[in-house]
Amino acid sequence: MLFKVFPAAELTRLYELLAVGRIVGPVKKGDDQHGRPLYDFGVVHDFMELHLDYTQTIHSAKNWFLPYREDLCTFSFQGGGGDDDRNVDWHKEVDYGVYAPLVIFGLHPCDINALNKLDKVLLGGRYPNPFYGEKRANMFIVGHSCSPQPFCFCKSMGTDSAIRGFDLFLTRMDEHYFAEILSPRAFHLLEQIDCHDPDSSEHRQYMDMIEEKESLFVAHVDTSDLTKILDLEFQAPVWQEWGEKCLSCGTCAQVCPTCYCYGVEEWVDMDFSRAYKEKQLYSCNLLDFASVAGGHNFRPESHTRLKYRYYHKHRGFVEAFEESLCVGCGRCGQSCLARITVPEVIASVRASK
Amino acid sequence: MHVKMESVQPVAAEEFEYSYKAEITNVYPLTGMEKLYQIQLVDQKERERFVFRPGQFVMLELPGIGEAPFSITSSPLRHGDLELCIRAVGNMTRFIDRVERGTRVGVSGPFGTHFPVEKMEGEDVLLIARGLGIASLRSPILAILETRSRYGQVDIIYGARRPSELLFGYEYAMWRQFDVGLDIIVDQAEEGWQGPVGRITEILKERIASGDPDCFREQTSAIVCGPPVMFRFVCDLLTQAGVPVEKIFVSLERRMHCGRGKCCRCNIGSTYTCLDGPVFDYWSVLNLKEAI
Repeated sequence: MLFKVFPAAELTRLYELLAVGRIVGPVKKGDDQHGRPLYDFGVVHDFMELHLDYTQTIHSAKNWFLPYREDLCTFSFQGGGGDDDRNVDWHKEVDYGVYAPLVIFGLHPCDINALNKLDKVLLGGRYPNPFYGEKRANMFIVGHSCSPQPFCFCKSMGTDSAIRGFDLFLTRMDEHYFAEILSPRAFHLLEQIDCHDPDSSEHRQYMDMIEEKESLFVAHVDTSDLTKILDLEFQAPVWQEWGEKCLSCGTCAQVCPTCYCYGVEEWVDMDFSRAYKEKQLYSCNLLDFASVAGGHNFRPESHTRLKYRYYHKHRGFVEAFEESLCVGCGRCGQSCLARITVPEVIASVRASK
Repeated sequence: MHVKMESVQPVAAEEFEYSYKAEITNVYPLTGMEKLYQIQLVDQKERERFVFRPGQFVMLELPGIGEAPFSITSSPLRHGDLELCIRAVGNMTRFIDRVERGTRVGVSGPFGTHFPVEKMEGEDVLLIARGLGIASLRSPILAILETRSRYGQVDIIYGARRPSELLFGYEYAMWRQFDVGLDIIVDQAEEGWQGPVGRITEILKERIASGDPDCFREQTSAIVCGPPVMFRFVCDLLTQAGVPVEKIFVSLERRMHCGRGKCCRCNIGSTYTCLDGPVFDYWSVLNLKEAI
């Protein structure tokens, strides 16, 4: 990895160099009831809109590479006519919908690691998902350092720093930025601004910042032997207690940076000339997630679905990819209407008797 | 500064949303609920190259209506001239119930794991199905019958609620001609029913009690298809009778929206039913929470 240091004032120049394309970054959406700012990832039209000092966005940046709704294909029908539908033929067209590159400016390490995890499942295996792959291939990612919030437990999940999955990562140090460079594209970008190689005092300053960040974490999750504990406690009554609280609303999946499950529905145009196959992001907490034709539901009770969510994140994915699917961003707990948080659920299962 | 566009390999893309164009060439009503559909890939080359193994499934798509997974019911020797046995119970299957010969559909696959009938050669095979489970079981039955001399004793036990709900009745005589033990049992008799009345587990218990030494051995492989409630009862009986857990194979049903391990709807623990299943050995099932 290459490192550079540049004056904070140069950031505007960096932004402008990237602004030839579309930039998405943390923007302010309003204030909460306590007057604290609310942030979300949105299209940035001006450098002043970019809030790199943001605490945490409400939603993850997910819908820029996994849109909530997306057409998988369209069908156009030919032939037929009248009541005779036997000779109707159709033609299928696939469009990934990627026409321009996208710059994502200001992702925190948890969200970068979320992308790395999604890459494993969506781009790996026998059938890589080209809808996601094409968006990922046309993305320039600028990461930004963060300050742990009371609900952040990324350190427990090992995702508090990103070592891959970005082009450029910026850490603010007083009046300078410490830049980590991972791609030739980022290297050439920095050639165009005023920067220098870090000296030993800047190394020291960077390492001090990491140390300081580590000391700020409040929330923790004990992940040691968690896969085994989850198997052992599969029937623990504590799941039912959480199930009674859970509203099965699916909000956690909507804000989660790694939830990728979906459903598919098809639509026909009013004049029967075309049809659309549309993918919609779903949530395993929704009632019909595992229901099949004929009426059988494999997870009919709220607690079975909540438990499944934890099993997939913290056990199933670990077994398949040797890492958890949870990045510890804490968004699910922050947005949960029933105030269910990951650290509390895991701690309660670990304490089961 | 230009952020360069890069394109993913078109091959992967083809595979992801690619579906064969197929035509429904024949529809045979089997019972009041189920029909057997012959579905032929339109392109002759594609049809010949379509190779599947018993127990695998396809995603059947009716443009504008929906897409759903179905076990292939036909013999693997038929390649892309498929037979699917479909019960009209959901939105899509009720629509299929009304389509006629000549309808153009999309078929993708074959997907998933298969019943390893090739590894069962030289051994005894016990095939058990209840209800619509026979749709998944018919493919391995036909595959075994086509190479009958390679297997030891072959027994089929098939249960249904009522005699009128039994599927593929016209083929039983043909199956029996291949030196196959075929036991059929129903929950409720109807007029004219001469056969036994009861549960599949009762037949199994009788066999175990009779001490027939050829029936359950370490050299026996079992294939079990049926509704979720059936698996535990049947598989536990087989295990008690001495069939090793790793030689009992079940086919699990789950909701699926892609068949390619991406929609996550069929996920059980660390496995996807579409990729790591639908056929699992009972050892894997015991290791997966909430599999059955």
